[in-house]
This record gives sequence, structure tokens and C-alpha cells, in this order.
Amino acid sequence: MTAYAYFPGCSAHGTAKEYDRSTQSVCAKLGIELEEIPDWVCCGASPAHAVNHLLSLALVAKNLDLSPSDTIVTGCAACYNRFKTTVHALQHDRPLWEQVKQIVQPTKLNGRDFRVLHLLEVIHEFGLEEVKERVVKPLKGLKVACYYGCLLVRPPKVMGFDDPDNPKKMDELVAAIGAEPVEWEFKTECCGAFHAVPHPEIVLRLTSNILRAAKDAGADVVSVTCPMCQINLDLRQLDIQKRHKVTFNMPVLYFTQLLGLALGINESELGFDKLIVDPQPILKGKGLM
Amino acid sequence: MKQATEREQLTRTDETPILLTEEARRFTEEVIRRSGERVDWCYQCGKCTAGCPVAFAMDIEPSRIMRLVQLGQSERVLKSKAIWLCVGCQTCTTRCPQEIDTAKVMDTLREMALEREVAADKEVVTFFRSFLDNIRRYGRVFEPTLVLQYNLRSGHLLQDADKGPLMLSKGKLPLRPSRNGAIVRKIFDALGGRKR
Amino acid sequence: MARIGVFICHCGENIARTVDVAKVRDALAKHPGVVHSVDYRYMCSAPGQELIRNAIVEKKLTGVVVAACSPHMREPTFRKACAAAGLNPYLCEMANIREHCSWVHSDREKATEKAIELVRFLVEKVKRNKPLEPIRVPVTKRALVIGGGIAGIQAALDIANGGYEVILVERQPSIGGHMAQLSETFPTLDCSQCILTPKMVEVRQHPNIRLLTYSEVEDVKGYVGNFEVTIRKKARYVNEEVCTGCGACIQRCPQKRIPSEFDRGLGRRTAIYIPFPQAVPNIPVIDREHCAYFRRGGCRLCEKECPRGAIDFNQQDQLLTEKVGAIILATGYDLIPSDIYSEYGGGRYKDVIDGLQFERLLSASGPTNGEVLRPSDGKEVKSVVFVSCVGSRDRAKGIPYCSKICCMYVAKHAILFKHKVHDGQAFVFYMDVRAAGKGYEEFVRRAVEEEGVVYLRGRVSKIYQQDGKLIVRGVDTLSGMPVEIPADLVVLATAIRASDGIVELAQKLGVPVDEHGFLSEAHPKLRPIETQVAGVFLAGACQAPKDIPDTVAQASGAASKVLAMFAQNAIEREPTIAKVNEQTCVGCFECQRACPYRAIERKEIRDRQGNLVKVVAYVSPGLCAGCGACTVACRNHSIDLEGFAEEQMFAELSAITAA
Repeated sequence: MTAYAYFPGCSAHGTAKEYDRSTQSVCAKLGIELEEIPDWVCCGASPAHAVNHLLSLALVAKNLDLSPSDTIVTGCAACYNRFKTTVHALQHDRPLWEQVKQIVQPTKLNGRDFRVLHLLEVIHEFGLEEVKERVVKPLKGLKVACYYGCLLVRPPKVMGFDDPDNPKKMDELVAAIGAEPVEWEFKTECCGAFHAVPHPEIVLRLTSNILRAAKDAGADVVSVTCPMCQINLDLRQLDIQKRHKVTFNMPVLYFTQLLGLALGINESELGFDKLIVDPQPILKGKGLM
Repeated sequence: MKQATEREQLTRTDETPILLTEEARRFTEEVIRRSGERVDWCYQCGKCTAGCPVAFAMDIEPSRIMRLVQLGQSERVLKSKAIWLCVGCQTCTTRCPQEIDTAKVMDTLREMALEREVAADKEVVTFFRSFLDNIRRYGRVFEPTLVLQYNLRSGHLLQDADKGPLMLSKGKLPLRPSRNGAIVRKIFDALGGRKR
Repeated sequence: MARIGVFICHCGENIARTVDVAKVRDALAKHPGVVHSVDYRYMCSAPGQELIRNAIVEKKLTGVVVAACSPHMREPTFRKACAAAGLNPYLCEMANIREHCSWVHSDREKATEKAIELVRFLVEKVKRNKPLEPIRVPVTKRALVIGGGIAGIQAALDIANGGYEVILVERQPSIGGHMAQLSETFPTLDCSQCILTPKMVEVRQHPNIRLLTYSEVEDVKGYVGNFEVTIRKKARYVNEEVCTGCGACIQRCPQKRIPSEFDRGLGRRTAIYIPFPQAVPNIPVIDREHCAYFRRGGCRLCEKECPRGAIDFNQQDQLLTEKVGAIILATGYDLIPSDIYSEYGGGRYKDVIDGLQFERLLSASGPTNGEVLRPSDGKEVKSVVFVSCVGSRDRAKGIPYCSKICCMYVAKHAILFKHKVHDGQAFVFYMDVRAAGKGYEEFVRRAVEEEGVVYLRGRVSKIYQQDGKLIVRGVDTLSGMPVEIPADLVVLATAIRASDGIVELAQKLGVPVDEHGFLSEAHPKLRPIETQVAGVFLAGACQAPKDIPDTVAQASGAASKVLAMFAQNAIEREPTIAKVNEQTCVGCFECQRACPYRAIERKEIRDRQGNLVKVVAYVSPGLCAGCGACTVACRNHSIDLEGFAEEQMFAELSAITAA
């Protein structure tokens, strides 16, 4: 199997370290080869496209140019969205493509047919039946609220990833590893994204709604596919506690951490200790740790 | 004299809202051209506002922003806080029955607001600037200096001060920045020479 | 010796502004064969026509060319004028110097030159025109109405009362259509069944109406005045002659949980059933798909229970062939599926229903006996949200049009809800309120002013469930506020679409269908009841979304077209059709392959002893539309078009190239 070109994203070695770590462990265990794009640069996330259209395309185009493979994988939903949007824009707008090329001066872009995948898609491509067979510790009794966020599924014309209002891909994976995905209505409600810095009250309000919905649906934990969402839902529970006196105590894990646990990977390789709201009580309580 | 001042204070804006001046028309056309979206097709159904997660905090809600663009009200639109509160969640774009990419229009309005130096949300603009300066420097985001720079520039010196030690203890703060800022700087420089 | 008269119209300024009509007149006066050349301001006016008539008589004209607008507009007018003066109308033609010249050019000199050419070469053609007589086609004075809703019922009654036979075909087991499902109708709030069932009974009892329910049209052959229709009468497995409608079989049937189509899934029915109590005919039908006997054998309890022995499991479909002279399409509408927006639940929520389902809840004979209860748990509904434009006016969903009736039925639903639940709250999300009919605006104001229905201007972004309620996330753009309403029930005003199977039926008839599946009228303004196919008419929502008053009016209109046709003993058709030269035809039938109207038949030529000499092509005078495709296909020039013969066409071409 040829290696996927891996785009870790800027938070992979920082605030989302556990995501990167669990991703690497899980892929190694499943035999999925990831080759990190050499010298990759930030995709620009929200700030780039929010202030300069060409900048946002150029940053991604540079990464495409650097990519050793035409198939690119990332775990960050924002990066995934930027890559897919860029590839889509360049496929449909020749004049724009020429402008971007002038800025980026690429050397290896012509004639390539890029395919951008989110890690969740890669696992699906690997095959859920396959995954199921390799599960050594089914996460029985664990109720998981699968939170997809915004950029993974919208806009559907560009992303083409699952139903934009009631997606199922993470739920299916969670079910395949023996856990119980709960039915809930806030799967794709926005967490507030970058407002964690300039307008934290917005994030607190939006994440409170999400966490409350997860709790009301009977979830033990929330599972995510994006470092921004994770940090908003996890770290900011401290602020919700401080400012609004509400305690959710809802662990927010990366789906790769859950997957890794079920595959029997050692907990130290999955970064559970890096989560702010500690998942260990619940996991231990269910005999999963 | 006093009466005149009172009357001035009673009017909401400096513009005569109904007259569609040449300048107003040009603004509408510019937004349509630069965003590539048919803002003129918007029939004000409000679905974007209804689904926008941050509409509750906006001074001018998304559907009204679109209406003001249609009426060429550049001042009100470009000076609004709303366009900076938009997080680009794409809910509006996904659900618009007239297939207008509203999020893209918001992107364009932000670009124009910065060009005209009228961006109204200090915090958001400071955050964006800090972020972009950060990747110019290092190539990839180096979170410690990003937060520091934002705090300094925005004046919110102690924001998230409690988080620093926590993240550090969890090993979630990178200690060394990356070093391929040159690649990003090249892109910024190439863009710098472009005229709108 | 040709004596052609040329009449050039100014058409006010339409032609004269760009074309120098005097110059054209003078040029044509010099053309060989032209003995009279005049111009006039409005040729189609009474004095203009008189000019033509007088000239024909005084100058003994053998042909007339009127240089004016399009023949589509005025050919019949001028031909009548010629006929009145004693000249065969097919010796009169029009040169289009308006749509083909003055309206599309701006250079006066060049336009005038072109106008002269246009008239000149038409003169050359007309010199070679032959007098023709219209083809008279007999009319079978029996009508076929396809569709037994209010449109079909009204049309059938009007024709039957006019004294002619009507066959009314309806594919459901009962007539009545969607109107039978309604609780009350706007703006009068008449009980729908009460005003409809008398008409339904009248249809059943009318001596001139042959009612074929649970039947479908399989095939249509022929042409106006002479259609041959094949109708499949599906097996009910109940003998209609014997059944008295006592209902004993229905009581006995053990399959009681089948979702009722009439109640749109909100109620249940048995496998042998009558769709609703006032059904016409009041004869049950067995649903093969759910009947225990047909699925696994055994049962047959209905048969045992029937006191008249009317159940017949061996009944077969019948294929009936009927001759009719006119067809009215009254196939009605359907609603788009209510799971169209995934943001409204995508069909997951039982308490998010569509307008027709709400009608069944309101209906006294409905699944909840007229009480407004939640489909999910049967609890009382205290707050209801009505969402307008679900699918309609939505370019992204490919439904750009307005469904016309929803604004009115939403107001009606809100009013009826308030009548039933006095302490209930009703909200309506709308973009615009379209209430243009008689008494309509006042009706909507009643909802707001008298019943306290809250109208919120804006679309709904999302509907989801929380704590046993449906949260409706919308907006009021007038105040600029996003709003969230917890509702017990949500009613979606889903878009109207054409009925299932309409495209296939239209193809059988040759009637075009528009991009949205609605049947196309011949002209949207002036011929909204006729179709492109002579003898086939439209009535009701099959043409476009329509309310009951307009439907009934259109149905009567269609009936009047049919009655006008039947009032004559023969129909006149244009004689400009193809004709075969049987001497030279070799019977290769390339013409038949080329003909899009299925108008070419095989004709046997026999000698006096009855021996077959040869088989040649024969053009059906009723079906041929005069398109000329056959004349191109024929390899040895054995087929030609009357009035557009090859000789004439070449004369025209020579006149152009000679100039």
C-alpha cells in the first residue's frame, strides 16, 4: 500500500499533541503508512481566508507542491476544509489557478490529481469490518457523543463528506469498536472556533450548548475530529466552571484515542493524560482502562 | 443652533439611505465581482441569519448585511462588527436557497474593510494579525508566542494566564518553533506587490 | 396567367419605421406576374381587409401576398378575407417583413432591400400554389377524461350535461383526488367532503358518464376526433355488479395495520378496503401486496364473510379499447417528499409533517377524529409551527417556482387549529404571503387579526428535537431577530409537483412536459387549456400549481373546448399535408421511418381481380402535421407537401439567387 502524504497541522506538536500521537499509533497498528509532507507550512486556517483569498489558496497550494503523494491526509478538520476548498477552487477556476501559481512558483504541481482525505475517511477506506476484526478491547458500555463540528461537513458541495446535518461516519466507527454512539442533535453545531481568543464568551456559550446536549443524550464522553473543537470543548470547560458556575465534567477525546484504546494500544501511546477533563475515571469505571 | 444639533443626533447615519448613488452602485458591483457571488440574487429569506451560530452577538445580522450590500451601504457594512464575528462555519452557504456563498461574501467584506482601514473589531483583527505574523515568522504556528503577542497587542495581558502553566504541565506547549518561515514569507512578499 | 396582388402593411411604425414600404410597393409592382401592389397602414384592420377583397374582385387576382407580420399571427385573418372574396384561401400567403425583417434590423436601406426580396420570392411561390380544400375529419363524439379529482369531475359533468358521452378514468379505487383529503377549503371554510361528494355522486349516477376507477390509460393511438385508447381496468378482486358496499369484508379482514394512503401514513387500513367512507364507487378493493391470501395463501376470510359472494380472487385485469374524439388531462398534483431538507430532520421526526397530513389530522373523519394530536405519542398539540416555502422558491433544490396555494392553506391551517385548540399557539414562518384571489387577502388578515396567529418573516434554518419538543430555529427579518420556537408539531408547506407517472402518460399522447414535469399548454397566455396536440386539453394542477376555484374554471373551459368540437360533425384540418404519388412509390417506407407523427401507413394496391400489385405508402390525413421530413427521406421524389411542393420551394430559391 502506498503511503499517504500526511499534513499534521500546526497544533499537532502543541495543543493537539495527543491527536498526533494517537494518530501515529493507530496508523502504525493498522499498517497505514503516513509520510509527513516535508517542510509543510501552515494552511492558513481561518485567519488567512478571512483576510486574503489568494493568501489562503497560496498557502495550501505550496503544501500541495511539497507533497510527495497526490493523496493527502489530515486529521484537522480546518486543514481538511482548506485543502479541499483550495483543490476545488483550482479545479474549477483556471484564471484563479494562474494567479496562485504566479505567487507560489510551484515546481511539481502540473498534471497532478489531488485527493484530500480526512483521517476518518482513511479509516473507512481501510474498512470498518477490518477494524472490527482487529479490536481487542471492545469499548462496551461507553456512550459516545460523536461531534463533527462545521468544517468537516460543510459546505457539502465542496466537502462531499457525509450528510451535513446528521453525519454518520464517526458514529459507525464508534459502533464498530464496540462503543455506543448516542443519538443527539448537536453533531454539527459550531463551537465558536477561533473566538476562543478574541471573544471567548461566544465560545463558552456555544460549547455549553453542545456539552449540555451531549449530556442530555446520555453521553459519557464526546468524540471529536478537530483540534480546534477539542480545545474549545475540553479546555474551556474550566472557564465555563469559573464564569458560569456550571460543571460538565465531560471528557472530550479524539476519535483516534478511542480507536487506539479498542485496538489494544498502550495508553501511554494515546495521550490520555494530556486531556484537560480527565477521561480516566469514566474509562476505568467501565473497565476499559 | 441647538435645534440643528438635536436633529443631527436624531439621524441614524450620515448617509441618505434611500438614494442609490453611483458610489453605492459601484460598491455593490465590487463586492459581487470580488466575491464571485450573486449578492443581487438574495431575496432576504433570512435563512442565513436563522442558522448563524453567532448572529445573537452581531450588530448587523447576516441577511441584513447582504441587504445593505445590495443597497450599496459600504460604510455601515465595512464598519460593522458583524463581519468580524463571522467564524466561517459555512452554515449559511450550505442552506442558502439562492445558492449564494454567504461565507465567501463575508471574506470579501473583511478584505475590503482592511483595505479601507475601517475594521471595527479590534480583538478579532488583532488575533488575525498576530496569527499571520506568527506564521510569517516561523512557517507554522508557534502557539506560545501567538498568545503572548495577542495579549500584548490587545491589551488583555492576563487573558488565559491560568492556562499557560496547565498546558505546559501537560506537555501541550511546543517549546521550539519551526524554522520554515522563509517559505511563508516568500508568499507574503509575492502577494504584497499585488494591486487590488 | 398569374395575376398576383401584393399588399404591404406598415403595421403602424413597426414595419414602416425601418422598411421603406413605398419602395417595396413600387419594386413589386414591376415584378412579372404582379398586377396590383399597394401599401396600407394596418392591413389586418377592417378597411385593410376590404382593400384586399375589393382588389381580388376588381383585378381578378389569382393569388395574394400580404407582406406584414408573422403568418402565426394573421394568416387565418387574411385567408378568410380572400375566401370571402371568392379566392381559394390557400392561394393567399404572408411574407413576414416584421419579425424576419423590420424587427431585427436597423439599417433602413438594407432592410428595405431584404423586404423586397422576401416578398418577391414568395410571389414566385404563390404563382405555383394550387387551390386546396381543408381536410374534413369525422369526430367521435365521446370524450375521455383522465383523472378523477375535482378537475376531472367538473370537466366530465360539464361535457355530460352538454349531452355527450364521457369516459372518466381514475387510477385510485375512488374518485375525489386530493380535495377529498382536505378538511375545509379556503377562503370559505366549507367542509371539503360536503361540497365535493354531491359532485362525485352526480358523476356516478350520470347516464352519460362511464366511470372507470382503479383503471389506467395504457395506450393512445389516433388523432383529434379519432383517438383509440386502451384502458387497463385493474382487478379489484371484487365483483362490482354484485357488491352492495355493506363493508362486512372490511370488518373481517385480519390485516388491520397497513398504513393508509388516504391518511398519508397517519392512519391504518385493512388489506381489503374502501379508501374513505364517502368513496365513489363504494366498492372495496383488495391490495395484493398486503393481502394474506396473495402473499402466502390461506385466509380468504372476506370471501367467506361476504353475504353476496362478491369476492372473486380469480378476477383479472381487463384491457378495454375505446374510441373517443377528445381527451382531457386532469391528473392533478402530488407533494414533494417532506424529507427534502436534512436540516429539518430529513424525515426522521414523526411530528414534522406536511400539509396534506395536517389536513387528515384536522379532518373529522381522519385518523384522530379531527383532534390535533401528535403522530408520535398522541398527545395534544398546544403549539404548532407552520413553515412556508419548503422546497418551493429554492433554486438550490431545483424548484425555483412558487407553489401558489401554500400561503392560503397555511393561513387556513392556522385558523382551523385555533378554532380547535383555543389556548393553542400558532406560528407561521413565511417569506411573502401570496393571497391574490377573491377574498384571499381578507382571509389571511383574519388569521392575524382575529385568530392571533403570529407571522414571522423568514425561513427556518433548522428543526431538531429536544426534551420532547421540536425546536424550530428561524428568524424574523423584519425585526432582525433570530428566533427559536419549541413546538409540539411542525407542519411543512412542501412544494407542489406533477403527479407520478405524468411523463410516461404525456409521452403516450405526444404532449410536451416542461422542465418541472408539468404539462405544457399551447400558449401560456392565450391558450392555457389546449396542448400542442390537437384534441388534447388540460385542466387543473397537472398544468401548474392551482387552487380549487381556478381548477374548476379551467375544467369547465376544457369542457367547453370539447363541446365546441363535438358541436360540429367534422373537424377541419389544414390541407398542407404530405401526399404520395402512388405511381412512382416503390414501398421502401423510408418516409415511415422519418415521420415523427406515425402518420404513414401501408396501402395495398390491387388489380381488378384482387391480386396484390404493390404496397405503397399512404399518408393519414388526420395525423400528418405537414413537417416535410418524409419528402427529404423519399429516394425517388414520390412524396410531396401540398402547398409546399418541391417545385414551389425551388421557385422561391431561384428567385433569391437570381437577384
